[in-house]
Amino acid sequence: MILPALAPALSVAVPLAAAFLAVVAPRPRLLVGVTVPAMLAVMALAVLGVRQGGPLVLAVGGWEPPLGIALVADGLSTAFLVATALTIGTVLVVALPQFPIRQNETRAGWAFWPLAFLLWAALNAVFLSGDLFNIYVAIEFVTLATLALVALEGKAKQVEAAMRYAMFALFGSLAYLLGVALLYAAHGTLDIGLLAQLPAQDTASLVAAGLITAGLAAKTALFPFHAWLPPAHAGAPAPASAMLSALVPKASFYVLLRFWFDAMPEAAGAIALQLLGALGATAIVYGSILAVRQNRLKQLVAYSTVAQIGYLFLVFPLAGGSAEPQPWTAGAWTGSVFHAVSHAFAKAAMFLAVGHAVLAAGHDRMSAMDGLTRRMPMTAFALGVSAVTLMGLPPSGGFTAKFLLLTAAFASGQVLWAAIIVLGGVLAAAYLFRPLARAFLPDRGRYGTVPRAQQALPLALAMLSVVLGIVSAAPYDFLQTGRPAAAEEGLE
Amino acid sequence: MTGLDTATLFAWCGAGLIGIGLYGFLANRHMLRRLVAFNVVGSGIFLVFGASGARRADLGPDPVPQALIITGIVVALATTALLVALVIRYADLAGRATLPEDEPGDDGKE
Repeated sequence: MILPALAPALSVAVPLAAAFLAVVAPRPRLLVGVTVPAMLAVMALAVLGVRQGGPLVLAVGGWEPPLGIALVADGLSTAFLVATALTIGTVLVVALPQFPIRQNETRAGWAFWPLAFLLWAALNAVFLSGDLFNIYVAIEFVTLATLALVALEGKAKQVEAAMRYAMFALFGSLAYLLGVALLYAAHGTLDIGLLAQLPAQDTASLVAAGLITAGLAAKTALFPFHAWLPPAHAGAPAPASAMLSALVPKASFYVLLRFWFDAMPEAAGAIALQLLGALGATAIVYGSILAVRQNRLKQLVAYSTVAQIGYLFLVFPLAGGSAEPQPWTAGAWTGSVFHAVSHAFAKAAMFLAVGHAVLAAGHDRMSAMDGLTRRMPMTAFALGVSAVTLMGLPPSGGFTAKFLLLTAAFASGQVLWAAIIVLGGVLAAAYLFRPLARAFLPDRGRYGTVPRAQQALPLALAMLSVVLGIVSAAPYDFLQTGRPAAAEEGLE
Repeated sequence: MTGLDTATLFAWCGAGLIGIGLYGFLANRHMLRRLVAFNVVGSGIFLVFGASGARRADLGPDPVPQALIITGIVVALATTALLVALVIRYADLAGRATLPEDEPGDDGKE
């Protein structure tokens, strides 16, 4: 079968072509109508291909590594590809009426479409790259599309948020690039598969690992590099925020996961792993406390992302430990991926639903939630369902993720991390109940509404994050396709 | 050759440029100056990268870093162009080209 083998190339090429078409022939309805179903078909091909034949490897142009650059789709890549396709697909359909292009064409209405498709292509390129330098180019591509989306509305506040983001992102890419240069100098290859076979205990590799980790942490908005995220994500239009908050930090986290577990599992030291975990734990607590104190809906959701990103980094201490194989490492690794995917669905749903509430109310103060259960029941329900995932209540995907992480924490005797995970759930409830409680208040007939068909889409996305928890066995097995050995035996 | 070969000299120059650029990045608040500093750091990294092409004297120069550097320069150019556009836009809107010091939203209010 040739078709599944082409799936990696198509998942970059199709959105890239759509981005160019959106510039030349700006007809979003047609483009979304063709691209989204086409991409879902490509995703089905990729899933089938990986299930049947294991990881798909495509040497682009017929050049084999180390000279050529391979596109690799294993279980982990494909899981992120599918999550991206479902999230961006829904976001684009929701965005259609919000960025009309025929009547009253605006700069934002025109520019949103090529940027959204570019972001999609760039994210897929990150998830498929099997080479650290290719990842650098792809992640820069993500950053550029993100920057433009943040500044989309072109007001001083948004442009300022974009520049603040740019400062962190620039620092991040330079650190990453220097790390890549040092790795190349030490080993003469940047292919992840080849790096995995080399010993990585020398000084150059360790310095490179530190630079790459710091750079990617800045791009992921890990505490203390989080300050850029809330103004950037809250300032963008809601459909853009949904993509930025749900997917963009996951791209750099994905690279961290690949780097530590696939490329250089031996470089991990106990102190470094505990430090990453401690920063993640601080992000959970600090981000949640700041979220509780927000009075703007979009700011609250954006601070919630700062907190939720923290969980992802708990994988490092939980998967680390001694040199012996550890039974709980696979659980921690899978749990963090589950968290990334279910948070992507829930956060995109939440931003889209909040966007609808804000559209109906005309402002994004907390009182935009008043009477939401009566005016827009589906939007209110979408918010509730995505809140269930963010709090990690059963039966959501967020619960499965936290359950796996908790099991790993207890099995490895790291009770402190378990306590942080539980505390994070309680804090999430604290910041999410405030807007949700207001949805039951009367609104005195002041606000408008949005069409029901539009309200249904965020709800569908929120339900997806719950379905992920209910039928977690199939995605769990799928993730294990081509799982790196270190995800079984532990780092170090 | 007296201890210091060309590749090492280039690598040291690159390291020096990275240091100068970092200083410029931290010491200046004007966004255009920061962008220039970012490009100086970038050039330093490319120089280190290029020097790594000579790490095996018996094999001759390794061309791969050069290909990667050219790609990196294109990326840096695109980033710089976008950021210059953003800075100009910001200067037009806000009447200054420096970011305000306080972190927005950290006090929980707008």
